[in-house]
Amino acid sequence: MTETAVQIEKVRGPWGDVWAQFRKHKGAMTALFLLGGLAVFCLIGPLVWRIDPNFIESDTVKMFKMRNQGPSLAHPLGTDQLGRDMLARMMFGGRISLAVGTVAMLVAIFIGTTVGVMAGFFRRIDGLLMRLTDLFLALPLLPLLLVMIFLFRDTVAGILGPRLGTFLLIVMAIGLTSWMQAARVVRGEVLALKEREFVLAARSIGTPSRRIITRHILPNVLSPVLVAATLGIAAAIITESVLSFLGLGFPPDFPTWGRLLYDGIAEIRTYPERVIWPGLAISLTVLSVNYIGDGLRDALDPRIRGR
Amino acid sequence: MLTFTLRRLLTAIPTLLLISLVIFLLVDLAPGSPLSDVPLTVPPDVRQKMLEAMGADQPVMVRYFLWLKQFFWIEPLYGIDALLGTDFAQGAQRIISWQSKVPVFQIIGERLPQTLTVVGTAYLIGVLIALPIGIYSAYRQYSWFDQAGTFFAMAGFSVPTFFTGNLLILIFAVNLGWFPTIYDTNLEVVDWASFTKMLAQMALPVTVLALFNAAEISRYTRSSVLENLGQDYVRTARAKGMGEQKVVLKHVLRNSLIPVVTVVALGLPTVFGGAIVTEQIFKINGIGAALIGAINVSDLPTVQTVTFIFAVLIVMFNLIADILYGILDPRIRYD
Repeated sequence: MTETAVQIEKVRGPWGDVWAQFRKHKGAMTALFLLGGLAVFCLIGPLVWRIDPNFIESDTVKMFKMRNQGPSLAHPLGTDQLGRDMLARMMFGGRISLAVGTVAMLVAIFIGTTVGVMAGFFRRIDGLLMRLTDLFLALPLLPLLLVMIFLFRDTVAGILGPRLGTFLLIVMAIGLTSWMQAARVVRGEVLALKEREFVLAARSIGTPSRRIITRHILPNVLSPVLVAATLGIAAAIITESVLSFLGLGFPPDFPTWGRLLYDGIAEIRTYPERVIWPGLAISLTVLSVNYIGDGLRDALDPRIRGR
Repeated sequence: MLTFTLRRLLTAIPTLLLISLVIFLLVDLAPGSPLSDVPLTVPPDVRQKMLEAMGADQPVMVRYFLWLKQFFWIEPLYGIDALLGTDFAQGAQRIISWQSKVPVFQIIGERLPQTLTVVGTAYLIGVLIALPIGIYSAYRQYSWFDQAGTFFAMAGFSVPTFFTGNLLILIFAVNLGWFPTIYDTNLEVVDWASFTKMLAQMALPVTVLALFNAAEISRYTRSSVLENLGQDYVRTARAKGMGEQKVVLKHVLRNSLIPVVTVVALGLPTVFGGAIVTEQIFKINGIGAALIGAINVSDLPTVQTVTFIFAVLIVMFNLIADILYGILDPRIRYD
C-alpha cells in the first residue's frame, strides 16, 4: 500500500502539477532562465572574475590612466571615474540588490502573514488589525521612506557600521511599508479556510489554536503567500533603486545597481553605458520576477490548471 | 448614498488625525537641528533666541497641536482671504518653512502648478492610451496584439521611471537634440513660439509618466472587459443582431469602465508620489522637488506639511473612488 502511494507520488505530486502548469507559461519559463542567468552572473561571477570592485590604484599617476576607460579585454565594461572595474562592480552590486530584494520581501511577508492570519483567525482583533492595515495603506509611503532613511541613516550607521547599518535600515524600512497587500490577501483566505470542515474537525478533537494555525491554516495559505512574495521581491528592488536614485541609498563602496546608476547619471553624456548597464540589469530582474509571479499565480490556481 | 458619504467623511477625520500624528512624530525624531546652517560663531544665547523665534524649543505635543490648528484652521482662513480679499485670518501665525522663512503653503502654491501640469497631462494621456489597448486586447484575447499588450504592460511597470527617463534624455535630448533635458519653470505661454517650447519640454517627462500609468490601467481595463464579454447580456445583444461595434463600444464598455474608473481615481494620489522621481530626473521645480529639498536640510514644517498633504490626497481619492463606485453601479448599495 505504502509502496504504490510512494510510486504515485513519484509520478506527479501536488508540486509536480504546479510545475507542469508553470512550464506551459512561456513568458514565465523565459523569465526563470533569465533570472537564473542573472543570479549566476552575480553569485558565481565574482569567483571567476577576481577583480576587487572597490580596488582603486594607490599610485595617482596610474590611477589617472585607469580612469574612464572604454571596454577592453582587461575591463569588458570599462572602468569608472575612479578606475574601478565596472564588470566587478556590476556583479557586486547585483548581489546586494538581490539580497535587499529577498530580505525585504521576507520581512514584508512575515509581517503580512502574521497580521493576516491573526486578523482572519481571531475575530476579536480583526477590526483593530484591519484598521491598522488601512492606516498604513493611507500613508504616503515614498515620502515617509525617504524621511525614515534620512533621519535614521547616521544613527544606525553609527551603531552597526555603514554597510550593515544601511542594509538593515533600508531592508526594514521597505519591509515595514509593503506588507499590507499580503496581509489583506491572507486574511481573506484564512476567513474562508476557518469555516471548512477540516478545521472544524481539528477543533473538535481539541487541537489548540496555535497548532491549528501552524498545521492546517498556514500550509493552505502558502500559494497566495508565494505569489505575493515573488511580486514583493520585484517591488523591493524597485523601491531600493528609487531610494538610491534620490541619493538616500547605499554608500558608493557598497553599491547596489541603483547606486551604480545614480553614480553614472552625472556623466551620462560622455559615458552613457554606466547608466545603461545597471538600468538594464534592474529592469530585466524586475521584469523576470514579475513574469515568474504571473506564471506562479496561474500554476497555483487549481481552476486554471489542466487547461 | 448621502448617509454613506457623510459616514465615510466622518470616519476619514480620525484616520487623518492619526496619520498626521504618525507623520509629525516620525519627522520630529530628526537628529538634524534647524540651526545646522547657522555659523558656529553665533553665540549660544542668540541661537537660543533663534530657536524660540522658530518655535522649535517647545515640547513636541505643543508644536503638534499648534501645527494642527494652523493646518486645519488658520491656513484655510488665509486661503479664503486670498480668494475673496477678506481679512479673517487677521495676521495669525502660519506654518513657516525653516529653510526659507516663507509660509509653507505659499511654497506649495508656487510649486503645485508645475507638478499639476506635468502629472495631470501624463495621467490623462496614460488613461487615453490604456483604454483602447485594454479594450482591444480583451476583444482579441491571445492574439498577437494581446501578447504585445501584455508585454508592454509588464515592461511598463517593471522598468523603473528613472531608467526610462534617463534613456529618453539620452536618445532624444542628447543624441537627437529634439527636446531640452531640463524643464524650464519660468517659461510662460504667451504666443505660439513659447507654446511649442512648452510642448517640447513637457514631451519627455509626460511620456515617461504616461507610459508608466498606462501599463497598469490597461491591465485593469483588459480584465474588466474580458469579464463582461462572457456575460449573458452580450450574447443577448448579439442574438438580437446588434452590430459588433455597438455591442462592444456601448454595452460592454459602459459596464467594464466601472471598476476602471475607481482604479483611475485610486491611482491619482500615488502618481503624485511617483512624480517625485520624475521631477528629480527632469529637474522640474515641483512639489516633489520641494519635498526632497526640504528633507535634505531638515526643514521639518515643510516635510510634515507636504507629506501630510499627500496623505490627505490618498484618503480623499479613496473616498471619491468609493462614492463613484456607488453612483456608477446601481447594484452596489452601501446603506
